[in-house]
Amino acid sequence: MAKAKASVVTKVDLNPTVVVDDVHVTYRVRGSGRSASLRRLLGKGKSIKEVHAVRGISFTANHGEAIGLVGRNGSGKSTLLRVIAGLLPPTRGTVFTDAQPSLLGVNAALVGGLTGTRNIELGCLALGMSKKEVAKRFDSIVQFSGLGEFIDMPMNAYSSGMGARLRFAIAASISHDILLIDEALATGDAEFRARSEERIQQLREQAGTVILVSHSLGSILQTCDRTIWIDKGQIQMDGPTKEVVTKYDEWAKAHGVGKARRDRAALD
Amino acid sequence: MTRSGSSSTAAEYAVAHGLKPTGLRPSFWHYLKGIWQRRSFISAFAWAKVESANAESRLGQFWQLINPLFSAAIYYFIFGVLLQTSRGIENFVAYLVVGVFLFTLIQRSISAGASSIRTNIGLVRALHFPRAILPISAVLEQLIAFGASLFIMIPVLLLTGEPITWSWLLFFPAVLIVVTFCMGASLLFARLAANTKDVSQILPFGLRAWMYASGVFYSVDRFTAGFPEWVTTVLNLNPGAIFLQITRDALLESYSAPAIVWVWAAGWAVGSFVIGFLVFWSDEAAYGQS
Repeated sequence: MAKAKASVVTKVDLNPTVVVDDVHVTYRVRGSGRSASLRRLLGKGKSIKEVHAVRGISFTANHGEAIGLVGRNGSGKSTLLRVIAGLLPPTRGTVFTDAQPSLLGVNAALVGGLTGTRNIELGCLALGMSKKEVAKRFDSIVQFSGLGEFIDMPMNAYSSGMGARLRFAIAASISHDILLIDEALATGDAEFRARSEERIQQLREQAGTVILVSHSLGSILQTCDRTIWIDKGQIQMDGPTKEVVTKYDEWAKAHGVGKARRDRAALD
Repeated sequence: MTRSGSSSTAAEYAVAHGLKPTGLRPSFWHYLKGIWQRRSFISAFAWAKVESANAESRLGQFWQLINPLFSAAIYYFIFGVLLQTSRGIENFVAYLVVGVFLFTLIQRSISAGASSIRTNIGLVRALHFPRAILPISAVLEQLIAFGASLFIMIPVLLLTGEPITWSWLLFFPAVLIVVTFCMGASLLFARLAANTKDVSQILPFGLRAWMYASGVFYSVDRFTAGFPEWVTTVLNLNPGAIFLQITRDALLESYSAPAIVWVWAAGWAVGSFVIGFLVFWSDEAAYGQS
C-alpha cells in the first residue's frame, strides 16, 4: 500500500497523461518473388517474415510536458506514435491515456481531386466538428495555411509542402489534450515553420502533453524539454532534451547517420 | 521516478491515475453516437469522392454511367435473342434494364464497401473516427452514381412503353431497402477483407454468380423445373431475387410481386444491416493494421 500512497503524493506535481507500458509491435511481412510464393504454395518454409519494429518501450508522459522522439529512419518512432494514438494496435503491451490522443501527421490523406476548400471541410468534419464549427474556423485555417488563392485549386496541384501545410492547419485548428506530431515541422518554409512552432507552443499550453517526432534536432530543441532517443525499437536514452540531443548527435556523427539533416538542423 | 520498471506496476500506476488503455473497442452505444455525430462527414465524404472522380475524368464517369446499358444490350442479345429466356416475360427490355441497373448498384456498392478500409488506409491511420463510416459512405457514393444512372434507365422504360404510375413511388422504399442491405453486406465484407486480402479477389466472382442465380435476365422458375421444389424456393427467396422482384413490382406495369415479398425484402435489409454492423464493430480496434 506504500506504493499507492506514494502515487497520491506525486499526483500533485506529476500528473501522468500517457503511460506506455512495455509496448511491442511486430509487422508481418510476406516475402515476395517467385520462390517465396512457390514455397508458400507448397507449404514449405516460412515466407512470412516478422519485423520487430518496437521492442518493449515503456515511459510515462506528464501533464504539460513536450517530449521529443529522435532516432534514425526505421528506428520505430513513427510506429510508436501510431500506437500511442491508438491507430495501430500493439502486438504486446498497453498504452494508457487520460484522453483520446490526436495524431497530427503529414501523411493524412485528403481527397486529392478536390479543392483546398472542400478538403478543409472534410478534414474538419472527420475530426468531429459540426458544420457550424467548420464555418467558424474556416477563415483562420485558410489564413494559417498561407495558401492564399491556391485554396480554390485541387490539392493534386499542390506542392507537397503546400499539402502538408494545409493538413497541419486543419489538424491544428482544434485543441487537443494529448497531441502527437509526426514530422509536421519538417515541411514548409521558414516562416511557416516559425508559425507552426508558435502554434505548437499554444497547443501545448492548452493541451496536457505534446509528443513530437522530428528529424530536425533544431525543432526538437526549440519545442521539447524532454527527449527520448530510440534505436532499433528500444529506448537508448530518456532525459532532458539538451543532454539527449547532444548524445544522439555525437552518436549519429560517429555512425554517419542523417548528415544532411544535421546540417539543416544546424542552420535552424 | 515515474519511468516504469515492471509492467504490472506501470499498469497499476496508470489505473491509479485514472488513465485508460487506448485502442480498445468502443462500447456499442458510444460507437453509434460517434457515427451519428459525424453524419455530415458521411455524406460530405461520399459527395467529395463523386466530385473528385468527376474532376479526374468526365469521360470516365460517362462510361461508368453508360456501362450498365451496354451490359443490358449484351444480355439482351444473348438471353433474349439467342437463348430466348425472354419468353413469357412482357416488355423484356424494361425487365432486363431494371434488373441490370439494380444489380449494378448492388455489386458496385458491396465491392466498393468491402475495399473501403484498404482504399482509405491513409485516413484510417491518421484520424480517429468510427471506421464503419467508410463502408457506409462508399455505399452512399454508389447510390449517388445510381441516382445519375436513372437519367438513362427511366427514359429506356418510357421508350419501351412503360407508363408512369403511382406504384413508381414504391421505387423509393425499394431502393432504401436495397441500400440498407448493401451497407450491411459491405460492413461484413469490409471486416473480412481487412483480415484477408483474398476476400476482395474472390468477391467479384461471388457477386457475379449471385447475379446469375437471382434472375436478372430470366425468371428463376424457368430453369428449376427439373429440380426439387426447395431449390426454387431458395433461389426465389435469396435477397438478390427478392430485391429484383420488389423493384420490378414498383416500376413495371406488367409485373407484380405479392406483399410477402416486400416483407422478405425488409427482413433481409434489417438482418443484413444488424449482423454486418455488429460484426464490423466487434473488430473496430484492429482496422489499420498492415
